[in-house]
Amino acid sequence: MPTLTAHENITLPLSIAGRKADQDWYDTVITAVGLGDRLGHKPTELSGGQQQRVACARALMSRPAIVFADEPTGNLDSAASDEVLGFLRRSVEEFDQTVVMVTHDPTSAAWTDRVIFLADGTVVDELLDPTADAVLEKMRA
Amino acid sequence: MLRAAWRNLLARKLRLLLSTFAIVLGVGFVAGTSVFTATLGNSFDAIVDASVGEVVVRPQTDGDPQGGGFDARTLSGDLVDKLAAADGAVRADGNLAVEGVFVVDPDGQVVGGQGPPGIGLNFNEAPNAAGEVPGSLSGGRAPEGPDEIALDVGTAERAGYSIGDSVPLVTASTRSQLETELVGTYEFSAGLNGATLTFFGTDAMQKIFFDGNDVYTDIWVTGAEGTSPEELRDAVATGLPADVEALTGDDVAEEQKDAIGQVLQFINIFLYVFVVVALVVGSFLIVNTFSILVAQRARELALLRALGASRRQVRRLVLLEAFVIALVGSTIGIGVGFGIAGGIKAIFGAIGLDLSESPLVFTATTLLWSYGVGIGVTMVAAYLPARRAAKVSPVEALRDGVAMPETTIRRRLIVGIALTALGAGTIAAGLIGEGGRAALLVGIGILGVLLGVALSSPVIGRPLLALLRVVYRRTFGTIGQLSADNALRNPRRTAATASALMIGLALVATMSVLGQSSKASIDKIIATNFAADLVVSNAIGQPFSPSIADDVAAVNGVQQVAPFRYAPGTVEGREDFIAATDPDAFADMITLNLRDGSLGDFTGGTALVEEQRADDEGIAVGDTLTLRLPKGEQDVDVAGIYEQNPAVGVPYLFTLDEFVSGGLRPQDNFVFVSLAAGATFETVEADVDEAVAGIPLVSVKDQAAYAEEQRAPIDQLLYIIYALLALAIVIAVLGIVNTLALSVIERTREVGLLRAIGMQRRQLRRMVRLESVAIAVLGAVLGVVMGVIFGVVLQQAIADQGIEVLQIPWLQLAVFVVVAALVGVLAAVLPARRAARLDVLTAIGTE
Repeated sequence: MPTLTAHENITLPLSIAGRKADQDWYDTVITAVGLGDRLGHKPTELSGGQQQRVACARALMSRPAIVFADEPTGNLDSAASDEVLGFLRRSVEEFDQTVVMVTHDPTSAAWTDRVIFLADGTVVDELLDPTADAVLEKMRA
Repeated sequence: MLRAAWRNLLARKLRLLLSTFAIVLGVGFVAGTSVFTATLGNSFDAIVDASVGEVVVRPQTDGDPQGGGFDARTLSGDLVDKLAAADGAVRADGNLAVEGVFVVDPDGQVVGGQGPPGIGLNFNEAPNAAGEVPGSLSGGRAPEGPDEIALDVGTAERAGYSIGDSVPLVTASTRSQLETELVGTYEFSAGLNGATLTFFGTDAMQKIFFDGNDVYTDIWVTGAEGTSPEELRDAVATGLPADVEALTGDDVAEEQKDAIGQVLQFINIFLYVFVVVALVVGSFLIVNTFSILVAQRARELALLRALGASRRQVRRLVLLEAFVIALVGSTIGIGVGFGIAGGIKAIFGAIGLDLSESPLVFTATTLLWSYGVGIGVTMVAAYLPARRAAKVSPVEALRDGVAMPETTIRRRLIVGIALTALGAGTIAAGLIGEGGRAALLVGIGILGVLLGVALSSPVIGRPLLALLRVVYRRTFGTIGQLSADNALRNPRRTAATASALMIGLALVATMSVLGQSSKASIDKIIATNFAADLVVSNAIGQPFSPSIADDVAAVNGVQQVAPFRYAPGTVEGREDFIAATDPDAFADMITLNLRDGSLGDFTGGTALVEEQRADDEGIAVGDTLTLRLPKGEQDVDVAGIYEQNPAVGVPYLFTLDEFVSGGLRPQDNFVFVSLAAGATFETVEADVDEAVAGIPLVSVKDQAAYAEEQRAPIDQLLYIIYALLALAIVIAVLGIVNTLALSVIERTREVGLLRAIGMQRRQLRRMVRLESVAIAVLGAVLGVVMGVIFGVVLQQAIADQGIEVLQIPWLQLAVFVVVAALVGVLAAVLPARRAARLDVLTAIGTE
């Protein structure tokens, strides 16, 4: 939300529901998101990677069973992509969060534990513990 | 390009509808007022044309008629035969006309009498200037006997009398009550606009109203075929007595139309003020709509530019769209205008000006004005957005999130402040000046200030919205905060939307402050200047019979009565409304402070002068004034100079003697009554009531009731103003709907996101609603503040003209703000529903 600060954005799902933020969980997420002193800034004052990380943190705040991420690195450069994907990865490892991500990018896919290939709406293949090359290979096939 | 413009129009139907609606309303009001004005003018013209003879012979007026109702002079009856024998004359008919003759219905109420005159006439068949008898009996027979009358059909119907019934009349003559029999009904060829016509036999009328003398108030002379009115007039004029004149019917009609026109002008100015308000408010909506239309299409316009369209072509495209919308809107608006004119007609009918017999008149002027204003305003309003649209650079077409280049708020602020200052200066100039021109200056000044503030409102409104944000956050939590933030997001758009409401409310608040102050002032004036115990009068100042004063004076326990009369007169060559009273009794009734001279010297043949006028004209005690009334000039000595006194309200106070000898009809406007020492108030009041019970035209009031009666017209005026300004509010609501609808469209993605992270539909609707309320409250608060400032300034400026007390109706003003908030809630219904209905996934995927 462009009118809210990063902090307000992250806690938005809770404040809409009228609940207080769980301070421990908030601290945990904030530490993981790694925004540090930029929490009081509005989205326009953040970089693309930072904006996306705020969006991810916001998704995590309400502790959903699954986070669906549709092309989370769509218009980010590679450094920013790494920041966002790194954060999602950490949330998987540290908070046991399930993340389902949709992407066209083999490098992004390589951050996951399991890749499912779709073509024209049907599942065509699967890959566990992928690397970028392996994903690219499968896509070529 | 033409096809592109057309496609664009069709592609955005809703937006189109809203902006067209603004034009329809604005033009509707212009057309409605224009149609009504023409209808009103035509109906009076028709009456005047039907009621003048080919040549009219009447007491000399020196081209300076002061209203027939005041003139008591008559023509000798033997003149009729002499005139009929004049060269070229075929016949001459003597007419009698007196004002203040009203019918009392079976319930004891006066029929009509709220403004339109009650005219008593002798029944004859004199042809008018068109060679026709202006009306004829539609039932029964002509009145002849001493107690017989014929009534115009409308009045007979309204009163519920039919032929053969006995009809009580009240008159302003020395015989205040008449018991008559209805023997005929009369149909006038033109409408009557609510007037009452009562016909008597000529002899009966001379007996009742003219002491049985064979006299007429005027004589119509009809010429032979081939004799022009001018020739006839000249032929007739040769044998006339010294103080009698002959005029052609056309000249008399012209003179009367001018006089009526001056009165109607007030109504017209009043109506046109609302036209201006509707147009100004409407233009805000049009500007906003076009800004929005253009902003939404920024990318599309950029694409056109990328494909080779020049700036000029883009600008023309937008202007062309505006033109088509204006044309369609104006055409529909003219149709709506007829409805509005009918509505105004009905309102005027309800307050006594019955125009039901006058069909609505459609003139080329109406057509010209409506299209001119509709297209003109729309084109001007669309020009700025069009220019901005042309500034989109072609490369924007390739980028995401095209933003319209916007002029900086600072430049608007500077223009706004300049306009405000200019407006304030104009108001000041107007307040120093005098007359209609000054009022116009004040009006233009107020408009200037309003527009200036509207332009600066993105800046002025910011702190207000910030305050609202805090309140919202406290009350509604995050939802509230998001709403206020959204309102703050595009301060220009919020402010422009709120401006419509601001202008409407500023005017309403101004009138409220002035109205409240006037009412408070009336109370104070009556409390400080009135010593009389009772007042006999009627609500609209209709004159009544002098016999009433005599009847009241005869009541047991009444010490004294002082009749008060008002009439137009010329003093020292200057036309004025002047008053006359009984010099012996009036000092007990009105507290008059003399600066000079003595009340003891105020007797017949002397006058009192108000100090301001005395200073202006250099009049001192002992000077001799020249007073000209219908019968001619007379000299009056100045007995005293009095301090300004709103209870007198006129610059000169004469005695009844001068009015009678000056040829004015003996009719009173007020009778003030003082009680004898030791008399019981309640008993005397009841007895006085009893004494005037047969004359429902007047009523007896104590001071409180008198004040109440004086305040009533102000309330009436305020209600009319509120009703008409509701129009501005309707336009304002449309503006808010428009802005919110756009906000929802622009923020589709955000809406989807909020829904995705858990916001419920209900919460979403509340968010939109709160934003709407924020806009409405911003407009209302700004408007009320402006209105109070205008009200106070105007009250101070006219403090010496009767509105000396300043009273601000805080409660009422608070109600206005609350109503505005409710208006906000109402405006949000559709946009909120639309936002809540958005499909979450589609919305979130929207670019």
